[in-house]
Amino acid sequence: MIKIWSMKKSEDAAAKRKPKTSAAQIRVQKDLTELELPETMKTNFPDANDLLNFTLTITPDEGMYKGGSFTFSFAINTNYPHEPPKVKCIPKIYHPNVDLDGNVCLNILREDWKPVLNLNSVMVGLQYLFLEPNADDPLNKEAAEELRRNREQFIYNVRQAMRGNSVKAIQYDRVSAL
Amino acid sequence: MTTVNDDATSSDWDGRYYHVDQVLNTPGPRTEDSFQAGDAVKDFLRNQCKILVIGAGGLGCEILANLALTGFKDIHVIDMDTIDISNLNRQFLFRPKDVGNPKALVAAEFIMQRVPGVKVTPYFGKIQDKDEDYYLQFNIIVCGLDSVEARRWINATLVNMVDEENPESLKPLIDGGTEGFKGQARVILPTISSCYECSLDMLNKPTAFPICTIANTPRLPEHCIEWASVLEWPRVHGEKKLDTDDPEHIGWLYNTALTRAKEFKIEGVTWSLTQGVVKNIIPAIASTNAIIAASCCNEAFKIATSSAAFLNNYFMLIGTEGVYSYTFEHEKRKECPVCGGESLDITISKEWTVERLIEMLVEKQDIQIKKPSLSSGIKQIYFQAPPQLEQATRPNLEKKVSELVEDGGEVTVTSSTLPFNLSLRIKYT
Ligand SMILES: [Zn+2]
Repeated sequence: MIKIWSMKKSEDAAAKRKPKTSAAQIRVQKDLTELELPETMKTNFPDANDLLNFTLTITPDEGMYKGGSFTFSFAINTNYPHEPPKVKCIPKIYHPNVDLDGNVCLNILREDWKPVLNLNSVMVGLQYLFLEPNADDPLNKEAAEELRRNREQFIYNVRQAMRGNSVKAIQYDRVSAL
Repeated sequence: MTTVNDDATSSDWDGRYYHVDQVLNTPGPRTEDSFQAGDAVKDFLRNQCKILVIGAGGLGCEILANLALTGFKDIHVIDMDTIDISNLNRQFLFRPKDVGNPKALVAAEFIMQRVPGVKVTPYFGKIQDKDEDYYLQFNIIVCGLDSVEARRWINATLVNMVDEENPESLKPLIDGGTEGFKGQARVILPTISSCYECSLDMLNKPTAFPICTIANTPRLPEHCIEWASVLEWPRVHGEKKLDTDDPEHIGWLYNTALTRAKEFKIEGVTWSLTQGVVKNIIPAIASTNAIIAASCCNEAFKIATSSAAFLNNYFMLIGTEGVYSYTFEHEKRKECPVCGGESLDITISKEWTVERLIEMLVEKQDIQIKKPSLSSGIKQIYFQAPPQLEQATRPNLEKKVSELVEDGGEVTVTSSTLPFNLSLRIKYT
């Protein structure tokens, strides 16, 4: 049998004992405790001991969605960061990139996810969706169509939906106090 | 008819190891100084060396056969799966009558019948069922797994197991993996060379299609299947989790995808494609498995015998266009959450508060840490952010460390100024 131990001695004298915490868990601790969120984003942990399941509430202070409050659920599994976190929009909202079931079209949540990205990148990406809704990647086709065709009407629809009214016979959840 | 004999020496008929012995009887130009040609090395390989094979699937079957035939005689195998009819084309230790039975048990039985004098001890279950004491008994561990998660687990377990006071705690891990015509074999010396986690970002990601394409502009049968599994399943079934091993669930996805495919005039949605897409199956190629398993076993043999220099440390095979292979030294990543980072033993008074400990960390010149967050296991001690967790853990600042962490316990410290994390082992005066 090769003498591995002697290789160890010559290579590196420093002790490298690691805690029994999983790599995913440590990575989530690192991501969360280094979050630098603007005033417009807040996290909430229903169970403070469970770092893997929480919500993020975005309250845009500019743009068409100003005045609304949008909560997303985050579920992180033990294969993080090999796999991205699973993110869903909880209220039913009128947005070209969010469907009626809360699925979100954000590239870094699926096809462009990389382990070097972190929770902060995802949160910033989500916030950006409210500043710049994108008509080219539609999940709510009607909304995307409206945004492309008639921006004024789209903004009006966003306002209606945020108040909990219906747009094109679909009732949305109230997300605004206004 | 050959009879199985448990006594290793009496089943070693004349000339049985003639070819292998050419390598073991005399040193060569590439043998290490520690190589003990002749009986000593043969005795170690055949009577002392205990080797563990993780996985008895496509790679595992090849690995078990190769190891047994090179002269390893005390082999253990773990696998949690049972045999499926679709395995039979390449997992050659299994026959139609074995379908439904545990892979580990059938494979062990087959090897023992076929290769006299070899003892294969099976375990039908998960690698996570076993603890450090179990893994400590082996000299070498060979992995032929198809799951990233299981490999991350065994890799982290073996790195954690390394104990400065016990040379026996360092177990070489040989990891094989294949994906279609591509594969890799690597030698991991936990804490010494680059580990599995170090290279996680090199992995091919499962192909994911943009969700808006799936929702609106499907063009491929895969788009329809992803639509059924990603969007329709949760919409229709709510909280009920999709079980990709449940034929009823696959059946539902298949029918749903088929309906959508018809609507968009897309052809090619089949049962097996559905299964392939949702389980992210890339067709397993028997010859790729054979090459990678051979490479893994070659390394196991060289490590066990010191008869030649072993792989340093990553062999890559690309058989998609011709046969191309490349060997290189994958480097350890400083910020690897498993083998990177720093570790520190500190001794403090039982009376010290968490706040005092944090002050000490911040003042320590050699680690340059700012705003550290601390946890022990999955228990948070003090988090700098987000605000809710900072508030929830703030009362701990005044508590004694000894109330939260046992003597000899580990504390994980993260900070934006650390490449990854610092691990503290706390002892009390
Ligand atoms: Zn590593």
